[in-house]
Amino acid sequence: MPAVQETVERVKRIDVDQYRYGFETLIDSEKAPKGLSEEIVKFISQKKNEPAWMLQWRLEAYRRWLTMTEPTWARVEYPKIDFQDIYYYAAPKPKKTVTSLDEIDPEILKTYEKLGIPLREVAMLEGVEPKVGEEDPARRKIAVDAVFDSVSVATTFKAELKKAGVIFMPISEAIREHPELVQKYLGSVVPTSDNFYATLNSAVFSDGSFVYVPPGVRCPMELSTYFRINERNTGQFERTLIIADKGSYVSYLEGCTAPQRDENQLHAAVVELVALDDAEIKYSTVQNWYPGNSEGKGGIYNFVTKRGDCRGANSKISWTQVETGSAITWKYPSCILRGDNSSGEFYSIAISNGFQQVDSGTKMIHLGKNTSSRIISKGIAAGKSQNTYRGLVTAHRKATGARNFTACDSLLIGDKCGAHTVPYIEAKNSSATFEHEATTSKISEDVLFYCIQRGLSQEEAVGLVVNGFVKDVLQQLPMEFAVEAQKLISISLEGSVG
Amino acid sequence: MALLEVKDLKVRVEEREILHGLTLTVNEGEVHAIMGPNGSGKSTLSHVIAGKPGYEVTDGQILFKGEDLLEMDPEERAAKGVFLAFQYPVEIPGVATMTFLRTALNAQRKARGESEYSTPDFLKKVREVSKSLNIPQDMLKRGVNVGFSGGEKKRNEVLQMALFEPSLCILDEMDSGLDIDALRIAADGVNALRSPGRAMVVITHYQRLLNYIVPDFVHVMSKGRVVKSGDKELALELEASGYTQFEDAA
Ligand SMILES: Nc1ncnc2c1ncn2[C@@H]1O[C@H](COP(=O)(O)OP(=O)(O)OP(=O)(O)O)[C@@H](O)[C@H]1O
Ligand SMILES: [Mg+2]
Repeated sequence: MPAVQETVERVKRIDVDQYRYGFETLIDSEKAPKGLSEEIVKFISQKKNEPAWMLQWRLEAYRRWLTMTEPTWARVEYPKIDFQDIYYYAAPKPKKTVTSLDEIDPEILKTYEKLGIPLREVAMLEGVEPKVGEEDPARRKIAVDAVFDSVSVATTFKAELKKAGVIFMPISEAIREHPELVQKYLGSVVPTSDNFYATLNSAVFSDGSFVYVPPGVRCPMELSTYFRINERNTGQFERTLIIADKGSYVSYLEGCTAPQRDENQLHAAVVELVALDDAEIKYSTVQNWYPGNSEGKGGIYNFVTKRGDCRGANSKISWTQVETGSAITWKYPSCILRGDNSSGEFYSIAISNGFQQVDSGTKMIHLGKNTSSRIISKGIAAGKSQNTYRGLVTAHRKATGARNFTACDSLLIGDKCGAHTVPYIEAKNSSATFEHEATTSKISEDVLFYCIQRGLSQEEAVGLVVNGFVKDVLQQLPMEFAVEAQKLISISLEGSVG
Repeated sequence: MALLEVKDLKVRVEEREILHGLTLTVNEGEVHAIMGPNGSGKSTLSHVIAGKPGYEVTDGQILFKGEDLLEMDPEERAAKGVFLAFQYPVEIPGVATMTFLRTALNAQRKARGESEYSTPDFLKKVREVSKSLNIPQDMLKRGVNVGFSGGEKKRNEVLQMALFEPSLCILDEMDSGLDIDALRIAADGVNALRSPGRAMVVITHYQRLLNYIVPDFVHVMSKGRVVKSGDKELALELEASGYTQFEDAA
């Protein structure tokens, strides 16, 4: 079935509002008191049963944070955030100690069901005979870690991953069970002092995912984490750490949603990736936080630091992102190309509609010899939104033979939105070859009318044209997510025309 | 039976009147040719019939199968059987021609309350039609009209026409940019679609096309009006004497 039509079908099924993840789950939760202090940092650490070194690490970050100010260089505008008016910790109150999926609050399970995220691995494992034409379910297995507000509520396929030697667990658990790995790598890509939001995250992060793939192992399934903010006035500060040891491979996907709320909510995550010699990490994001209503009220402030370190020779890190949600997005997944012959990729689709503001892009820092990077960015601005691509490509003095190719395309829908491209390019040695291409175009009335004359509605036509525009990037996503992303793109452009 | 009735149509574009009271009736099964100098309003007429935004109808009426066409959304007109082969077909990068054809066809069928084509049925149909039009399958995998030659674009229009089976086909200068062989292939494709229930309006500057697609009627448009109508002989006359004789009539 043509995806566009199916999308429109879906959109029609969503009543009043178009944000289909806007529901709220009514569960008891346990919160730390509002505001931030050393006491709160200690409270969080205690809740997580953390060892002393971890608390120390947090406190150092907290003290550092007190000396920092919010960055203002991005092309986004919002009222000043009162950091004392936020809850830094909220956990769904467990009925008792959770040891298996069956003991998780059924309300939470229902939430994930509504989101279409399979937390019940049994259903997939039993996996009745695949229908003709369908893939074998065993090959479509996806291990999921679900993070509800600040806490990981379920991780699936743990046993199977363990067999392969892959560690995939909430980071709070990893801190206790694999302290040597966490201590070695945490903060080694994004130091606690990195930037205002990363430092805040270091002080108060409550959960997130941890992945370690041992040498030579190809992770047997896609790993994914779904983040869900449920509580009111609660910040979400998750922390993800992925280590691909020598010669290993892992593909990881994160998805994010939140209920509709009139007030803005803060999300400040940190993701660190480490790829050792000959290792490859593919990290995909489908970000669909609540973007605010049609008047620009509410929505998530998404201030995220994501960075990958190609630490080993011949290593590779690839970021793919589909950003459709959030009131404000401030996000620059980057690669440090430290190892010789290492390569970094950034594929991005950033869509803004309504009053959304996106300032996103990447940094490719070439340090090793013969390193290469590739940036393909597709920005789509509709409604009254502002969409900025901000990119930095640098080659260090010793990074001989560094190569970069950048292509930034922006598409405008309507005439009340804006698209901006801010590229910084810096080569400190003469052997670097950097290529940069940028285009900005308006969605053409003639193209839309052509589609409409052939029977598509205005919205279907926009969806089709935009999906064509972003095709190069969509192809980078794991297959199933590509389909989901394609639908999401059409849904987020609802009401962008006419 | 009258398929299309354009009555005393007045149309403005950006405050300027382009069509000044145009009347044209096309019955089922007929082929009408419209000729006329550049800027006389031929494409404007075709756009207004298809429902392109940006045109203001200030007076007159268009009936399609007896219904008020101007009341319908353009996609509704398409589903009801109005097809316009564009003078300048656009490119849609990243959207495979095959995907486009299927999406459009199913959208139309759905609007008419018909079931969608199954994949094998659809593929079979596309293969048949594209073969008869000499369109290689490879071309259908490429983005809609992206990198197509002028002739290929026009053939792609005829392909869609054959696939959608509209009852009114408006062909806006389908002969422009076609070499002599391509012209014959495209014209054969159009002729194959001639049927008692279907009418065609063929806009062209050249009598040559009308040797291939032989019209029942020929109309001369000048300055936003139909100034003369006749049979196919009129086209030959025009070829010999040009449009100057109509300048005053308009
Ligand atoms: N969008 C527009 N804005 C302003 N004027 C327009 C617009 N579209 C058409 N016109 C004018 O309307 C007149 C008729 O144009 P139209 O394209 O219908 O002519 P045509 O008969 O199809 O010409 P040709 O044989 O060159 O294709 C022209 O003078 C043209 O400049
Ligand atoms: Mg014309």
